[in-house]
Amino acid sequence: MAKQGHARPLPAQPCPTRRAFVGAAAGALGLAALGASGCAQSALAEAAAGADPGAQPASQAAADVTADEVKVGIMHSLSGTMAMSESSVRDAEMLAIEEINAAGGVLGRRIEPVVEDGASDNATFAEKAEKLLMSDHVATVFGCWTSASRKAVLPVFERYNGLLWYPVQYEGMESSKNIFYVGAAPNQQIVPAVTYLAEHYGPRIFLLGSDYVFPRTANTVIKAQAADAGFEIVGEEYTPMGHTDYATVINKIRAAHPDFVFNTLNGDSNVSFFKQLRDSGITPDDCMTCSVSVAEEEVAGIGAAYLEGHMTSWNYYETTDTPENHAFVQAFKERYGQNRVTDDPIEAGYCAVHLWAAACEKAGSFEVDDVRAAAGGVTFQAPEGAMTIDGENQHLYKTVRIGRVNADGLIDEEWASDEPLKPDPYLKGYPWAAGLS
Amino acid sequence: MVETFIMQAFNGISLSSILFLAAVGLAVTFGLMHIINMAHGEFIMVGAYTAYVVQNAFAGAGAAFGLYVPVALVLSFAVAALVGAVVEKLIVSRLYGRVADSLLVTWGLSLVLQQLARSIFGSPNVGVTVPGYMEGSLMIGDIALPYTRIWILVIALLCLLALYLFMFRTRFGRTVRAVMQNRPTAAALGVNTRRVDSVTFALGSGLAGLAGCALTWIGLVGPSLGQNYITQAFMTVVVGGVGSVFGSVFGAGFIGIGQSIFEFLTDASLGQALIFLAVIVLLQFRPKGIFSVSSRSLEDE
Repeated sequence: MAKQGHARPLPAQPCPTRRAFVGAAAGALGLAALGASGCAQSALAEAAAGADPGAQPASQAAADVTADEVKVGIMHSLSGTMAMSESSVRDAEMLAIEEINAAGGVLGRRIEPVVEDGASDNATFAEKAEKLLMSDHVATVFGCWTSASRKAVLPVFERYNGLLWYPVQYEGMESSKNIFYVGAAPNQQIVPAVTYLAEHYGPRIFLLGSDYVFPRTANTVIKAQAADAGFEIVGEEYTPMGHTDYATVINKIRAAHPDFVFNTLNGDSNVSFFKQLRDSGITPDDCMTCSVSVAEEEVAGIGAAYLEGHMTSWNYYETTDTPENHAFVQAFKERYGQNRVTDDPIEAGYCAVHLWAAACEKAGSFEVDDVRAAAGGVTFQAPEGAMTIDGENQHLYKTVRIGRVNADGLIDEEWASDEPLKPDPYLKGYPWAAGLS
Repeated sequence: MVETFIMQAFNGISLSSILFLAAVGLAVTFGLMHIINMAHGEFIMVGAYTAYVVQNAFAGAGAAFGLYVPVALVLSFAVAALVGAVVEKLIVSRLYGRVADSLLVTWGLSLVLQQLARSIFGSPNVGVTVPGYMEGSLMIGDIALPYTRIWILVIALLCLLALYLFMFRTRFGRTVRAVMQNRPTAAALGVNTRRVDSVTFALGSGLAGLAGCALTWIGLVGPSLGQNYITQAFMTVVVGGVGSVFGSVFGAGFIGIGQSIFEFLTDASLGQALIFLAVIVLLQFRPKGIFSVSSRSLEDE
């Protein structure tokens, strides 16, 4: 190689040494990588939150409520890699606040939102949570998306006895008294989806996910479920966040002949995976996929043509046929544009605000302890149907909906549970899950 | 089994061509100007969004929809080159010879460009569909070779050919190489090095834009597009040999084929770790990359 290099005179460079370039580039990339993943930082944030003993006489966030106004926090990533998903949830929460204000507010007070940007960075989330609770004295916070950001702010909310409404489906195995989990627990999304797909397409399952806490925990659950039900796991692959080349994974799927792929990829990787899957000639007829992190908004970003015929599992779709949903979809599009879509996390964010307002009305107070005590049994007639708070684990009764993507990029419901299912974050109702938590 | 092996071999070559496209612009700008352009990924993004806009313009064209591809290829090159030229004029031209500064400033620029894309096109990814003639796979027995990947391979080869002709068969290419080899002497002999810098930076940015257009067929179009490719692009340039455009071909081949093999034998996360390890080992033995450039000026500083 070197000889070849000499034979054809190649351009030389006078300026800096290569070593300087490599070192500097590596440093900068390391910096960028740290900012993007930020997992290590949550521990720092936690330590920082803990290293503040007695700064406040009582480590209790007191809500700042005036005669005609109550402040709430909205805390999502409005910049960085998660902004694509989280800014829409922010929009939905703002819409709910506007609706409630237009109808006279909560306990006669107007809701005043304080919007903070978590910037797709877990340490920033922890800082913003502390600011919202201790400087702005908000009554409650609606926010977060990734499990990593939720785990980063959890100690802050527990320390100051704040209240967080978390709008996204997640892996379960958690129940904090300072968080209300408005998205699905695993028994309301993942477990029924695996059962349904195995019944309709066959028992050979290929697990594909992004390499972090949610997909790995979800797949641990699925493997325990499969062992119990006699399904066969024919492959299990994890790709780094932001992975762009799925040719090798698709080759492995092809060689493994699964009946369906259970997809827990998150974020941008889904675009690459589905485009390359179809280009390699694999259609839903050859191999079905079921995704739990691809909703209508992601479908629009991938292109409906690539996803048509594939399946998803959620609690809500834009097509869900309830009077409340027709009104919600119309209001959302009127407020933000006809080209916008609604989906499960957007609906959950919208419902979270209404549920909190209803709990406050029932408690007759904005104090966290009063709201929590009153929340159990509070029902909101949501776009997805009646949503009831389970006072015991602070998750919600939700209807499971398994759907199929259509040519317009919307998702048509194919199967739904008969009634809203009781949330079971630790899967206590399933004997096979005994060793998981 | 044989089919799996052949398809995997094709995957390796295909990934190499993608890496080459993503990295070649970087090799051009660094080779000539020693500017570590952290915003290179965002020039890829500019090209991708240009392709998206062009596609939308052709959406109502019916049967002529397929013609958007050549138009998009030309325009993504042109738009990214234009943005590159402006950036060079306003920012980069003030940073020559300041490696660490150029790194930080272009990193900041990449954040600004990402947020700008969010403001213009919104945070969610946008969809680009490929025309009918690029859909599906070329089937040879049980072997499926996706047409998009074949096209990207062809575009990468054409890029390489064009770049070769430009650098070694045109008068301007010769001045570019002269400036690369010895800037003061070239300037003393009457080469307008400032103009060469501007044109070369625009060329490198344009190549990134072209890559962006091609990448829309297999990946996402969104504000974070560039971030997904920047690490591998830098790695390709380093492995290939900084200062050598054609070293990028070998760098891309080494990483692309290596990663496909490792990923197939293990999994994607471990495969990526193994290829990083292989790069470290390689750099121990060939610290200047596969295609190292032998020049006294490298040891000068």
